[in-house]
Amino acid sequence: MHEMALTESIVDILQEEARRRAFSRVTLVRLEIGALGHVDPRALAFCFDAVSRGTIADGAALDIVSVPGQGWCFDCEKATPLEERFGACAHCGGRRVQMTSGDEMRVKEMEVE
Amino acid sequence: MCSVCGCGTATIETTRKAGTPDHGHHHGHGHDHTHDHDHDHDHAHSHDHDHVHTPHGALDYGAGAAGAHAPGLTQERMVSIERDILSKNDGYARENRARLADRHVLALNFVSSPGSGKTTLLVRAIEDLKDKFDIAVIEGDQQTSNDAARIRATGAPAIQINTGKGCHLDAHMVGHALDDLPRQEGGLLFIENVGNLVCPAAFDLGEAHKVVVLSVTEGEDKPAKYPDMFAAADLMLLNKSDLLPHLDFDVGACLAAALRVNPRLQTLVVSARSGEGLAAFYAWIEARANGAKAP
Repeated sequence: MHEMALTESIVDILQEEARRRAFSRVTLVRLEIGALGHVDPRALAFCFDAVSRGTIADGAALDIVSVPGQGWCFDCEKATPLEERFGACAHCGGRRVQMTSGDEMRVKEMEVE
Repeated sequence: MCSVCGCGTATIETTRKAGTPDHGHHHGHGHDHTHDHDHDHDHAHSHDHDHVHTPHGALDYGAGAAGAHAPGLTQERMVSIERDILSKNDGYARENRARLADRHVLALNFVSSPGSGKTTLLVRAIEDLKDKFDIAVIEGDQQTSNDAARIRATGAPAIQINTGKGCHLDAHMVGHALDDLPRQEGGLLFIENVGNLVCPAAFDLGEAHKVVVLSVTEGEDKPAKYPDMFAAADLMLLNKSDLLPHLDFDVGACLAAALRVNPRLQTLVVSARSGEGLAAFYAWIEARANGAKAP
């Protein structure tokens, strides 16, 4: 969807960190993107190339780590893998499942010079 | 996040200089205003911008991407950041929310696909509620000020934000629009987001509630097809109910699909044209506006 806006936010974060930590170039950016989130990783990678051009992250490699969906079933009282955001419990088929992970959108770490 | 969507063409009719992405909010604000209107900045945006203030108070995000290139090489190292990508937007949203709470304004963020009847619904609601509440509107569209003009015809102040290629409003744009609106003490702020059932779901603007508008001409499975938006909303208005006799639309199936995605969602069947269901909608607003007023 709005991968361009998200990518700009990523580059903003990198530039802020560059000022704070005094580095001049980013060579690798590692993101955590939830499998159930709003983001298409391929679109993000495409946008990153375009948006990072001419910035400190120009040419940086982008490593997108996918975080699998997980929820907590209130009926079974245990964790269940989630294939979709509002999916049913894998154990009992119940729908009283609260998503606990899978919609992350984080800049986890980066390699800098 | 000034040049929203990366497209480099969002407009609140406001101007950021390239290469200076420092977005610290502090007093003393310095953007190039190409017009002369009264800014009651109780929180000043002192940062550089990509948008131009144009005469009618619309905000234009039209400049290119910023780029600060610092040469020089040192040895490589890994740096752990652990920052949410949307943290910047969320920070602006918190500021907006605090400003609105301070003024006891109830802000509603209206989201829907294009053509669901949001603007007609807002125009009608303003006409019906303007004796009771001080109402202001922020209009988001890719292009044109048509919607803001329709709102202004009701007498309510409206700021048009043109996002250019952007597919949603973000909290930063809304903060600037708040700068440009007359200061409210109590009352309602209606934010009409860009017509899009996908992207606006992820962007908190500082509103009290997202209100998703779906029209009966769109198909009852929209909540299943676009779950994120229905999950993010607190109220769903199923609009254009006056057309139901002409359609095969299954209201029950639609509401069931919406509730499956979001069991806490409140739903109302309304028609901005006939007025059906609007009394219940106004009661919903009133209950929350009074809450916003309470200390």
